[in-house]
Amino acid sequence: MTTITTASRIPIDGPVETPWKLPYRGNVGMACLIIAESAIFIIFVVAYIYYIGKSLSGPTPAQVLELPIFGTICLLSSSIFVHLAVSSLRKENYRATTLHLAITVLLGTIFLATTAKEWYHLIHDEGLTIKTNLFGTTYYSLVGLHATHVVVGLIMLSLTLAFSLAGRVKEEHSEKLEVLSLYWHFVDAVWVVVFLVVYVLGR
Amino acid sequence: MTTTPVLEAVDETLETQGKPPLNVIYEWLTTVDHKKIGLMYICYALLFLVIGGFEAVLMRIQLAIPNNHFVSPQVFNQLFTMHGTTMVFFMGMPILFGMGNYLVPLMIGARDMAFPRLNAFSFWVSAFAGFLLYFSYIGGSGLYAAGSAPDVGWFAYAPLTSKVFSPGHSTDYWTLAVFLSGIGSIGTALNIVTTILCMRCKGMKMSRMPLLPWLYLVMSGLVFVAVSPLTAAQIMLTFDRYLGAHFFDTQAGGSAILWMHFFWIFGHPEVYVLVLPAFAFANEIIPVFSRKAMFGYPAMVAASVAIGFISLSVWAHHMFTAGLGPAGNTFFVFATMVISVPTGIKIFNWLATIWGGKIIFAVPMMFMVGFLFQFLIAGLTGIMLAAAPFNWQLSASYFVVAHFHYVLVGAIVFSLFGAFYYWYPKVTGKMMDETLGKWHFWLFLIGFHLTFDFMHIPGILGMPRRIYTYEDGRGWNTLNLIVGIGAIFQSVGTLILVYNMIRSYYKGKEAGHDPWDAWTLEWSVPSPPPSYNFAIEPTVNSRRPLWDLKHPEDPDTDYE
Repeated sequence: MTTITTASRIPIDGPVETPWKLPYRGNVGMACLIIAESAIFIIFVVAYIYYIGKSLSGPTPAQVLELPIFGTICLLSSSIFVHLAVSSLRKENYRATTLHLAITVLLGTIFLATTAKEWYHLIHDEGLTIKTNLFGTTYYSLVGLHATHVVVGLIMLSLTLAFSLAGRVKEEHSEKLEVLSLYWHFVDAVWVVVFLVVYVLGR
Repeated sequence: MTTTPVLEAVDETLETQGKPPLNVIYEWLTTVDHKKIGLMYICYALLFLVIGGFEAVLMRIQLAIPNNHFVSPQVFNQLFTMHGTTMVFFMGMPILFGMGNYLVPLMIGARDMAFPRLNAFSFWVSAFAGFLLYFSYIGGSGLYAAGSAPDVGWFAYAPLTSKVFSPGHSTDYWTLAVFLSGIGSIGTALNIVTTILCMRCKGMKMSRMPLLPWLYLVMSGLVFVAVSPLTAAQIMLTFDRYLGAHFFDTQAGGSAILWMHFFWIFGHPEVYVLVLPAFAFANEIIPVFSRKAMFGYPAMVAASVAIGFISLSVWAHHMFTAGLGPAGNTFFVFATMVISVPTGIKIFNWLATIWGGKIIFAVPMMFMVGFLFQFLIAGLTGIMLAAAPFNWQLSASYFVVAHFHYVLVGAIVFSLFGAFYYWYPKVTGKMMDETLGKWHFWLFLIGFHLTFDFMHIPGILGMPRRIYTYEDGRGWNTLNLIVGIGAIFQSVGTLILVYNMIRSYYKGKEAGHDPWDAWTLEWSVPSPPPSYNFAIEPTVNSRRPLWDLKHPEDPDTDYE
């Protein structure tokens, strides 16, 4: 234990803007991550668009792709439920939080299952792999990158759900759950872009 | 010199447990303290500075005389690849992140970074990436024999990087190392932005923040949009090499130009990622040694943000020779020239800060003068190269090499050396030796100008970059010899710096809180700062809080 000297604070305390409130670091950090991730997705989307119709051999998107309407509805509506989970946590309605989290995880899992089914169809029935042509290369990379993000989000949401079932998620955690929900909204928004590029523009 | 009024506080930090050598190692390996992580970043980067510099010296020996066979062509290819990759990813980025890590929380009056554990993670990932790159010398079986380094150039153009043309694993080491370094950079940049936005002390509005955190904010924002595309492109290249994808496979309809675009969408903003911290150091050092407040603070902030935005739209000036068409050429010529406007604003603001000041020519200020002059020249050759017809003539020649080394060494490294002398007393509590510092400055300055001034001329005479050797009788001999001699001066200067840093740590004069009579918050805490930074949370009312403390009769608050 030693005594140290330090510069005194400037004695005027009044003129400082009161209350001194700065943004929550979780939200800012997640916003930064979203910007960086968006840049990564933009590069993959640009590559996809650039290579539309440039494949030297088949199969082409028009021959093999079908609109994944059901999976899309599931994923997009899961955004609503994660939002409801946050707002019910703020109101200290813990049972509703658990329920909404469970629905979110379920819908996300259904989306993943539809993607898996689609990939199985493409690989097994159509013989399209990442090696086949430029369409295969860009399709599996872009959709796969998005699916990876869904998996990461689902792992985090399932952890939260497990804690919530154990009764460990309380009102003071609502800010943190909101950060997670931001990530999940981002994953959904990316899907809208992927859907438009791959299934609408690319077909 | 005016002294800072001080308060006394009681430090109850617990001593670390355990036996002397082990507890120190344990503490550094597990630390999440921004100052320790910052220092580790800097030490690690200095190690790679020496390695990368050594590679440069080997290349200059090879090129010093015509028809030389000092190293083999294969080794030469590896040398310029490793030199470029090392200096950009494992020296430039880490050292600037290290300085930011150390200084940003201290300058904004914060206890630590916003996410200390993420900070440690980012550092260790970057560190691992550097060692992974160099492990390729042992582990990367390339085309020639077992154990060889990447040899595809630092921008690794497709299709040279494909499995067909680069068999073995040497290119994979490059890809993975750059990918991991990108993850680390994005993590640290995220941390810096969050720290600046969320951790400022009471009263420090954005308009009162010192310029160093401001520029680190812009730089970190650029990292998100610049480094991420490279990370994405590395994922694609890995898919190409391991899964048989065709992103850059020209045989299957893939595009080599697309890789160029992806690389330079990273590559050009990267220059500004590196140079903005150099500007940041100048913004702190020049006012203190001119004894004047920074001239045109809002203009400086605006110019930095403008540079950040414009730098995102200039990348294809690296690709004029690839054939972009008239519209593309015109756009990128114009965008590149426009970026000289905000940089010009900065130079004039620095000059206006020095103008009429009581200039103190201590070593940090000497480096700053060198920085200002050389950055101006680098900018001027930059405008020359931005003109597409001139660029067609001199692209991929030594003129280009000379130009960007003028920016990277003449501006960034000079500013960085100035920053070392300026903040060393804060980090260690000891002053660096001024005489040795002046030796370092003059040797490095002479060496720099010998090397890089004379490097322009062989470029104009037609000497291409990346060539292994050249014939006698082209008029390049003397010039290349002078360039090589300059490299020796620079090496000696750098070794003096290293010696000075080690010697001053043991024998330097005590520095005290505030050896330069400076004005920002980091000088209000003891040197070296305690682990908690501020014993009492500071409150600021102006851009120069320590000026207000030292001059209560004439505080800055009266003018803001």
